[in-house]
Amino acid sequence: MKFIEEYRNPAAAHALAAEIARTVTRPWTLMEVCGGQTHAILRFGIDRLLPPSLRLIHGPGCPVCVTPAGLIDQAVALTKRPEVILCSFGDMLRVPGRTGDLLHAKAAGGDVRIVYSPLDALALAQREPAREVVFFAIGFETTAPANAMAAHQAMAGNVRNFSLLVSQVLVGPAMDFILRSPGSLVQGFLAAGHATAVTGVAELHDLCHRHRIPIVVTGFEPVDLLDGILRCVRQLESGRAEVENAYARAVRLEGNLPALAMTHRVFEVIDREWRGLGILPASGLGLRDDYADFDAARRFDLGPAPVSDDEDCLGGQVMLGTLRPDQCPAFGQRCKPEHPLGAPMVSSEGACAAYFRFRSPGTGAMGDGR
Amino acid sequence: MCLAIPGQVLTIDSTSEPWNRNGRVRFGTIEKTVNLAYAPDAAVGDYVLVHVGFALQRIDPEEAQRTLEILREMEELQELETVTDAPQGVPESRPILPLEPS
Repeated sequence: MKFIEEYRNPAAAHALAAEIARTVTRPWTLMEVCGGQTHAILRFGIDRLLPPSLRLIHGPGCPVCVTPAGLIDQAVALTKRPEVILCSFGDMLRVPGRTGDLLHAKAAGGDVRIVYSPLDALALAQREPAREVVFFAIGFETTAPANAMAAHQAMAGNVRNFSLLVSQVLVGPAMDFILRSPGSLVQGFLAAGHATAVTGVAELHDLCHRHRIPIVVTGFEPVDLLDGILRCVRQLESGRAEVENAYARAVRLEGNLPALAMTHRVFEVIDREWRGLGILPASGLGLRDDYADFDAARRFDLGPAPVSDDEDCLGGQVMLGTLRPDQCPAFGQRCKPEHPLGAPMVSSEGACAAYFRFRSPGTGAMGDGR
Repeated sequence: MCLAIPGQVLTIDSTSEPWNRNGRVRFGTIEKTVNLAYAPDAAVGDYVLVHVGFALQRIDPEEAQRTLEILREMEELQELETVTDAPQGVPESRPILPLEPS
């Protein structure tokens, strides 16, 4: 497909890899923020094209992974109400809360449905006026405009049997948290291209200046990733710390203004719990009072989700980049995609799932120990 | 989750509500209805990046072309160096990029 194939061109990828090898003179550690980037890196073997002194660590940009267990428990509890149809992105279904997951809730008779878009859930509510349709609205800034639009259209169309169980998080506060964490290894960021297509680069400039760290907005295809890595390494080698846009075909510097306007109309910034990381101040979005009628937490009087500590899963360390997935003692043993201890092993963007799929013994793609 | 796929706009519905601006978008052999409210500059024939049923951005063909030209120059430069210098490229023992979707 156009705008994909040309960015998977092996000759271009190898030329970029060679240029990276020529540029690197010292050890560097970069973090790709988005889980989609992590999967592409492992799937295409990008990490193996890099010189051994250049390390990629994998960030927290997996919305399913950071959705708190307490909220999953609330979603599971909602499925026990006969009037409720709980709609979710498919990725969420096998993620364990503390009281089970949505797939088991469905098997136990709950009406759980996978949707592609929040607007599909809204359309379902319009078709089923006698039921209560709850959409599990998870995601980063990329997804917030879509979820905001669903709430806004529900209000405009007076669809009273539709609500959102919101777990919206913001990527900037997570990057800031990582850099402030003791033992953080990150020397440069590959910022998440699609989140930045919505937000624009203003917030990245702020992070870059406060922490004096290179930030390169990066896409998702092999050539995009290698281009982002090269630009980041060039900055590090020359002592610069700037924001660069290596995904200019999709990212305008100002972001997507209509999408931001709708997001801010419907949502306000609040403190949010991140699974594995705890409560981060001003790190997420909640529905504004104007849209309170469409807030599932208020409609069903769910109260605040209790903060969870994930006893067995070391996903928090994985998402901070201090633990590589295959260094976790449970990896591939007690924790596999079929019976995960935590969300990063389940999600199609989870770093543990990527290592399991592309770097496990038996897949012919064992890691090189870096 | 933040996956966004490029597709080509085939048709745009006429509508009075700007937030209901929908269109048909083709991804390879698949066609889908996509909300185009957040890509008000997208016209029929343009490519848009689509995430959970919404166009996130119109893909800028000039920027895409610029990136590809820089890459082409880099490739050509590398070919020249391979001819004139000792090969500096990727060791052959490294895996090549698998290009099939998995």
